[in-house]
Amino acid sequence: MTEEMTGAEMVIRALADQNVRHLFGYPGGAVLPIYDAIFAQNSVQHVLVRHEQGAVHAAEGYARSTGKVGCVLVTSGPGATNAVTGLTDALCDSIPIVCITGQVPTHLIGNDAFQECDTVGITRPCTKHNYLVKRIEDLPRVLHEAFHIASTGRPGPVVVDIPKDIQFAKGVYSKPKDFPHTGYKPRLKGDIEKIKQAVELMANAKRPLFYTGGGVINSGKAASDLLRELVKLTGFPITSTLMGLGAFPAADPQWMGMLGMHGTLEANMAMHDCDVMICIGARFDDRITGRLDAFAPGSKKIHVDIDASSINKNVKVDVPIIGDCAHVLEDMVRLWRTGAKHPDKKTLGDWWKQIDKWRARKSLAYRQSGDIIKPQYAIQRLYELTKDRDCYITTEVGQHQMWAAQFYGFQEPNRWMTSGGLGTMGYGLPSSVGVQLAHPKSLVIDIAGEASVLMTMQELSTAVQYRLPIKIFILNNRYMGMVRQWQELLHGGRYSESYSEALPDFVKLAEAYHAHGIRCEKPGDLDRAIKEMIDVDKPVLFDCVVDPKENCFPMIPSGRAHNEMILGDAAESLDSAITEQGKVMV
Amino acid sequence: MNAPTTSHYPAAPTAQKQESHTLSVLVDNEPGVLARVIGLFAGRGYNIESLTVSETEHAKHLSLITIVTTGTPMVIEQIKNQLDRLVPVHRVVDMTLTGRSIERELAMVKVKGKGEQRVEALRLADAFRARVIDATTESFVFEITGKSDKIDQFVELMLPLGLVEVSRTGIAAIARGPEGMSAR
Repeated sequence: MTEEMTGAEMVIRALADQNVRHLFGYPGGAVLPIYDAIFAQNSVQHVLVRHEQGAVHAAEGYARSTGKVGCVLVTSGPGATNAVTGLTDALCDSIPIVCITGQVPTHLIGNDAFQECDTVGITRPCTKHNYLVKRIEDLPRVLHEAFHIASTGRPGPVVVDIPKDIQFAKGVYSKPKDFPHTGYKPRLKGDIEKIKQAVELMANAKRPLFYTGGGVINSGKAASDLLRELVKLTGFPITSTLMGLGAFPAADPQWMGMLGMHGTLEANMAMHDCDVMICIGARFDDRITGRLDAFAPGSKKIHVDIDASSINKNVKVDVPIIGDCAHVLEDMVRLWRTGAKHPDKKTLGDWWKQIDKWRARKSLAYRQSGDIIKPQYAIQRLYELTKDRDCYITTEVGQHQMWAAQFYGFQEPNRWMTSGGLGTMGYGLPSSVGVQLAHPKSLVIDIAGEASVLMTMQELSTAVQYRLPIKIFILNNRYMGMVRQWQELLHGGRYSESYSEALPDFVKLAEAYHAHGIRCEKPGDLDRAIKEMIDVDKPVLFDCVVDPKENCFPMIPSGRAHNEMILGDAAESLDSAITEQGKVMV
Repeated sequence: MNAPTTSHYPAAPTAQKQESHTLSVLVDNEPGVLARVIGLFAGRGYNIESLTVSETEHAKHLSLITIVTTGTPMVIEQIKNQLDRLVPVHRVVDMTLTGRSIERELAMVKVKGKGEQRVEALRLADAFRARVIDATTESFVFEITGKSDKIDQFVELMLPLGLVEVSRTGIAAIARGPEGMSAR
């Protein structure tokens, strides 16, 4: 069925036909016709943010917590350039976003018109794909293509730049249909011969482990279920990247914790010593591998990824499998069940004994003593008091993010929204706005740092406007903590510009925004304050004043191997069984 | 414990053997597609030694881009995968790897000279099967096609004979045998 309508009406109609319920945006001159079309309908609800970066982060939170495409609408020029950080963030973390940008009329493009910028030029390297629509005839196809490209294969952000005259022009709308694109065909099924090879390797493994990532989450709930099944069937240990937390339950005994720069000792040592590594939907990022020439030196590596360019990029693997995690895992589970040979129980038992020895070092240990709150303790209490609830966690970037990853136990996928690849300070607050909108009845907490949260603090106003009771749990140490930690460890304790001299009073700031403010300075008051935060049916700014000197351990100094970790003081004191040789390794 | 390094990132990998590869990239002939390809090379720090692009199938709106690039085998594989990931890219073929390709380049070479030099230039051009496409009493423009090293050699020989300037098209490549690029 076809209908005639304006370009602006097509935009809203296409969103509705793509089952978009919420659109995050900010109006401006070059998108006014689209805002007019929004005014005249009820199927798509527009959420007015306070800054375009916040719109994209909110859409990211929405997308990551639901598995759907997040949608953004911004104006030309500064609207588009403000969205760039969010788009890059979504590209790095493979989040499906469709971002519609207004553009000056076609006859003015290239004339340095008011609020003109080369949006497709600027966003080309920070999107999966982008379009400038110069003919109304192309608009319906491009809009539907944008959703298809954003959500399939390795997901990512897609920008559709629409000049104002195209928004006014009348044309014939067509509904989404089969995608005729010849060049874009993401591959879902893995090569079965390669999968057989992989399962054969796994069956003969002596020291195997699973190393999983955000690809498992992106592949959908089925992928997480299949991963759990395969891990149970094999009895192998499992670790995951920051992006992959929740795909496998943290409460399970086979879980070793996160790996990488701030991963647990057991996860990193197991990576270093394993003989078969099964990497599923992760990309051997530098924060994971440490020193490349010392990365898991004696191992055979299996790598499952939907993006061929992720394979053999940083680390040469032995069995590359290009395909969607869920599809490949399904084949793996089936082949494992029907396969005759399984690893020797005794050998696998010895491997687990070794892992338990590393675990006994308690690499995440810290000492909560005295009158000052340790940040790890704050996260641990937050976890204990919220774990039985329907809870979603977002974070900003820095020490608090790593502590959240270490101490908050994620049991389900899509519950953890953090800026992993780009490391965008200011991600968490707007992201939690998107999450809360998608899950109005759930408890949504942004675990924040006081420096990060100030970068997008204005979105608290959005939360208040839409009555979104997000909880912003600030670990306030008055420093850019991770910067301070690096300066302490690597730059001779010269704390150049990492201390915030003049912070706002967060309780008063909350009040100014018509939100609820809480300050907590004593460990003894923490539980009561967290309960208050949960019970208040309003956005809450929680100023948790923590030890400013605390560092995030364990840590692999960059450019080091996995077995060259630095442990915190508390962990080292527990290692009475460690030999001199073992100490050298730490 | 040794003192940690001061960089956030692992040390640069030690130098590996560089290879030169010719890639044929079949793309939709749409605005901005060349910018996507070139932007990829610039953004990710790959080399472009030579680049040619032209529409090859008008009815299907397809263009063929031929790129000569250098890198370690791992980097070359990355380049191919990254190119394949671009939405308007239909197919990437590594002509060097298939080993069954023909590569040609066209050059126009301007030489200025009189007397014996002029005669010698004409004689060499004849030996290289270069054609004269423009002549004045004191200059020639030669047209020469062939493999790049043949052109390199010709240009080198013209240097002492009054070479003024050279304009080269860059490499075009095609596979031997009956199969075509777009038939997939």
